Amino acid sequence: MTLNPSCFQRLRARGQPSQPSLTVRRLLPGLLVAAVLALTGCAGQPVGGDGDAAAPGSGGATTRPLGTGDGSPLDDPSSPVYRKIVYFDYDTAAVPAEYAPLLRAHARYLAQTPGASVTLEGHADERGTRDYNLALAERRSEAVKSFLMAEGVPAAKLRTLSYGEERPADPGHHYQAWSQNRRVELVY
Amino acid sequence: MTADRRNRALRPQVSGPLPALLSGRLLLGLLALVLFSTGVQAKLTIEITGGIEGAQPIAVVPFGSLDGARPRVDVAEVVAADLARSGRFDPMSRREMLMTPHRQEDIDFREWQLLAMNTLLVGEIAAAAGGGYQVRYALFDVFTGRQLLSNSMPSSENGLRHAAHRIADAVYEQLTGEPGVFSTRIAYVTSSGSGSEARVALRVADADGYNPQTIVDSPEPIMSPAWSPDGRRLAYVSFENHQPAIYVQDLASGRRERVAAFEGMNSAPAFSPDGRQLAMSLSRDGNPDIYVMDLASGQLTRLTEHYAIDTEPAWAPDGRHLVFTSDRGGKPQIYRVGAAGGTAQRVTFDGEYNAAASYSPDGRSLVMVRRDAGRFFIVLTDAWGGSSRALSSGTLDESPGFAPNGSMIIYATQNNGRGVLAVVSISGGATQRLSQDFGDVREPAWSPLVR
Repeated sequence: MTLNPSCFQRLRARGQPSQPSLTVRRLLPGLLVAAVLALTGCAGQPVGGDGDAAAPGSGGATTRPLGTGDGSPLDDPSSPVYRKIVYFDYDTAAVPAEYAPLLRAHARYLAQTPGASVTLEGHADERGTRDYNLALAERRSEAVKSFLMAEGVPAAKLRTLSYGEERPADPGHHYQAWSQNRRVELVY
Repeated sequence: MTADRRNRALRPQVSGPLPALLSGRLLLGLLALVLFSTGVQAKLTIEITGGIEGAQPIAVVPFGSLDGARPRVDVAEVVAADLARSGRFDPMSRREMLMTPHRQEDIDFREWQLLAMNTLLVGEIAAAAGGGYQVRYALFDVFTGRQLLSNSMPSSENGLRHAAHRIADAVYEQLTGEPGVFSTRIAYVTSSGSGSEARVALRVADADGYNPQTIVDSPEPIMSPAWSPDGRRLAYVSFENHQPAIYVQDLASGRRERVAAFEGMNSAPAFSPDGRQLAMSLSRDGNPDIYVMDLASGQLTRLTEHYAIDTEPAWAPDGRHLVFTSDRGGKPQIYRVGAAGGTAQRVTFDGEYNAAASYSPDGRSLVMVRRDAGRFFIVLTDAWGGSSRALSSGTLDESPGFAPNGSMIIYATQNNGRGVLAVVSISGGATQRLSQDFGDVREPAWSPLVR
């Protein structure tokens, strides 16, 4: 966590050490200060290790950690399986052709990664009746499942789950929101 | 139910907030109120949004009090508000009343004739010997002075609103010839927040929006409430285990049973008119089809077998067949199938999209959602989809259902970007809007007449 200088000054002014003999009690004021900072908006943007390393550096070069086992390509913005959402046209469950490369990358990942499995969560926009949309969103998740199976992923690694229109990504009532809500999310 | 809000787990709730507050969780409950101050006790507010032209004038005189009775509910006010909401009556303002008789011998009918009233309701509330009250009322024809109705009923303090609704039901039936629905209830789904802050609740309120109670509350979606014909149970779909499953919950005890959690989608429950079977849409055999479950044995009968989507089953009042939504013809339309299965017949041909149909109590009409030129609205048709009449003018209207006397339709709509409920009378004229002061309200289901 990074803090701006004015926050440090306020921290020093408030954080008078008390009860130094007890570790447990000494933690508490620190927590309170952290809570105050969070509430007053002084906490900076968190800068994580993996994400930091993968982000483009100032010279345009990108560095990556070497094979620790933790750095899953699913979390790597430069990996072809980083994107995990397929968007659909209105009132259809046909997978748009532009998502074929993305889904092939996920199929390769699933086939090559022992123990990897994915839930295909289908969603619909709010237009139309709720139960029909639940079925339509299920059909979308089944369409993605069929695509992945055709690419060689065993059915045992794929689960479908429909949320219908109950979990919009954007709660708005307009075209832009609807286009964000007609989707299948690949949840690993 | 503030005391239960501190914990995000889902639980069925038996009744009001009192048991939770008394159970030693008061302090945590107050803390939770601060942390999750999203107005959990939100009342369902009803506004009359459409005209009362042609409504009958009626005078509902404030009830008298006898024997030291001090009821906390203004019974006459509740009766008058019920009658006004129906759109069939125009109750006289109290300010215009020159006299407030409570008994027949005190009524000067000529005065009420001069005030252009058709009918007059008077009554009084007496303290009962063992606690509670005795509520007496009488209805008169102002022109002839004839007594049309009179009755007396015991009531507890907490039962006074219900007693008032029963009086309104009796008056309505006497003057219109059809049963009143003022003592019925409405189930509905509410939601607030989104993402990890989302809360969804299934609630039940009196038909006038009072006394809302949460019967189940979850961070995951809840859908499709459906009443049992005896009004004692609700079936619904809950996603609490990251799968849509069908539950049946007993309202009085809060106990519930998960009746369908098959592979895939378990959705759209509908009780048969005898209450013994539950129709539903399941995708356990590959894609959504209509099934009927015998609730005592759990045995399933498959009614449709088609690669298209078949969902939203609704029973005919005689229980001999069901209608459902299917897109087997390309777009969603209404079809009809026998209660034991067989060939499905297409019902709707007007409109490019028809879905979520249900029958009127007499079985002669259907109400459904239609899409036309990008708008979704409510239409009334005959039992075979003909003679369509639009009942709503919104763009995202859905979840229509008949009031149990067949006189009104309740449905979900949007108002200023928020989900609200609306009620429209079949005969035209009266409309109402039911909303909460926060969040969305949707998926209304009107209870049967019994309670």
